[in-house]
Amino acid sequence: MNRIVQKLQEDKKLLSIYFTAGYPNLDDTETIIKTLENTGVDMIEIGLPFSDPLADGPTIQASSTAALHNGMTTTKLFEQLEGIRETVSIPLIIMGYFNPVLQFGVEAFCKKCQDIGIDGLILPDLPLAEYQEHYRATFEKYGLSTIFLITPQTSDERIREIDAASSTFIYMVSSASTTGAQSDFGNAQEAYFNRIAAMKLHHPQVVGFGISNASTFEFATLKTKGAIIGSAFIKMLTEKGIQGISNFISSIRK
Amino acid sequence: MMNYNVNEKGYYGEFGGAYIPEMLYPNVEELRQNYLKIMAEPDFQEAFQQLLKEYVGRPTPLYYAKRFSEKYNTKIYLKREDLCHTGAHKVNNTIGQILMAKRLGKHRIIAETGAGQHGVATATVCALMGLKCIVYMGEIDIQRQAPNVARMKMLGATVVPAKSGSRTLKDATNEAIRDWINNLVDTHYIIGSVVGPHPYPDMVAKFQSVISEEIKTQLNEKEGREHPDYVVACVGGGSNAAGAYYHYLNNPEVGIIAVEAAGKGIDTGESAATSALGKIGIIHGSKTLLMQTLDGQITEPYSISAGLDYPGVGPMHAHLFASGRGEFIAITDKDAMEAGIELSKQEGIIPAIETSHALAIFEQRPFKPNDIVVVNLSGRGDKDLNTYIDYFNL
Repeated sequence: MNRIVQKLQEDKKLLSIYFTAGYPNLDDTETIIKTLENTGVDMIEIGLPFSDPLADGPTIQASSTAALHNGMTTTKLFEQLEGIRETVSIPLIIMGYFNPVLQFGVEAFCKKCQDIGIDGLILPDLPLAEYQEHYRATFEKYGLSTIFLITPQTSDERIREIDAASSTFIYMVSSASTTGAQSDFGNAQEAYFNRIAAMKLHHPQVVGFGISNASTFEFATLKTKGAIIGSAFIKMLTEKGIQGISNFISSIRK
Repeated sequence: MMNYNVNEKGYYGEFGGAYIPEMLYPNVEELRQNYLKIMAEPDFQEAFQQLLKEYVGRPTPLYYAKRFSEKYNTKIYLKREDLCHTGAHKVNNTIGQILMAKRLGKHRIIAETGAGQHGVATATVCALMGLKCIVYMGEIDIQRQAPNVARMKMLGATVVPAKSGSRTLKDATNEAIRDWINNLVDTHYIIGSVVGPHPYPDMVAKFQSVISEEIKTQLNEKEGREHPDYVVACVGGGSNAAGAYYHYLNNPEVGIIAVEAAGKGIDTGESAATSALGKIGIIHGSKTLLMQTLDGQITEPYSISAGLDYPGVGPMHAHLFASGRGEFIAITDKDAMEAGIELSKQEGIIPAIETSHALAIFEQRPFKPNDIVVVNLSGRGDKDLNTYIDYFNL
């Protein structure tokens, strides 16, 4: 069974961490992944850096630029991940923009993911309709789950469509914004979380964007299966380096 | 016969589409569902045509460039978009889009700009309609296009420097898209070229198509036929070219010539000649030709002209190139600058450096004496005076 599906069945709120591969140092990828698993993180999104990350705020943009400057490439990332499944068992998802995947070759990319043991892909700028028409068959052939985003502005009708196209979970963007834009949740988020919960979707939701600490994690997971921390984790890495990971994770999970 | 217009799915051949994050879906979809309907409404057309006539100053003349024609031994007509209010063709699109934004109930306008012409054209129509205007502009472009920055400020716009990446048009576009993601409900994004997710390339091309619509009528008056043998335009993203080609796209009697910026030379690593250097990929929500590394990272282009300094090209143009319908020529900084001086001295018209690229082809490509060649004179050179001064020690 897909590792993500298995993880979603566990009776707990899931903590997922996003990091940009190649940041802070080119060769930190393996260490970051192992440390995250050892500190109790449930799922990891490995960011494939892109030169023009449209949906990202300044923090992830800067980490992507630095990672590319450090020499990160798609091929390099795959090299670093080879053998990762000998020691790491939690779900690993690659998150990135579609152009680097397209240039690597969609099928070659998917095959490489399968060989390594990647469980899913999040490609925010690959639209649902394109995915279904051109890429779904390939992604599925290599056992990759595609995770789609919904936002507070997504219509109920489209949410149902996305739910139907999903195979593991739905990435629930907490507010209509770029990553790292927000620090607190308010009434608008509460109403949104309630609306989605009331829809009783087939697939569980994991909340992302704006989760930075224990209180936002708790709030985001009241009615959902879990939450993803990205920008706040990158900020911590910038300030404290990989030595800071364990303290950061234990501060989220009280 | 091949069709070079957009299809119902938003593609030109294999190029186009809407590769956007879900955050932008509601706005882009709202636009997609409504733009043709709104543009077809009689009161929209009436308002659009009236502003083009009385505010922009259309129709712009189609001028027979006698001395220039004699020099190159062919018949050269200049479509004088440089005489539009604000000094370039860009305003045709911003007039259309501001009317669109009002009908969609938006009251905050954002735009990206390279040379500053689109920024000025957007700031102008926002002043005209009393709407709030924020223009993103690369930090490098802010330095080299200072007069246009001042104009935008005078018109009441806020100019926000794009400090990421190459700090030029590509990055200004990224910042504008990020602003839109963060301000979906009240904001309309006026894209300045035939780039971005569908329906933008088609909508902008339609607003700019007034250029070739007028050429048809004007050429008929002068030459007794509606179509030239060639229509020539410079291409950065490609909006003036799209407007100049639009009504001739499916007429095989008209040769389409697209002129890109070779910068310091196509193979120097400092170029913006997308058709020569680009591969298919995704930029700013569109599948098109773009300059990128083998790894799919978008590379930083170079041209002396801020308006051509873009690593992609609109999907319509990518299709014209890939299908062989368009003839693509790359012109270096040096040749463009010299053509700018040449037109100034021969015809008394100082062109924008973007436009100078299109004018430079006559030194490189022969035409027959009886050929009728229409060059879209997309903008005037006032904004580029500093660059001309520095380049020629004027």
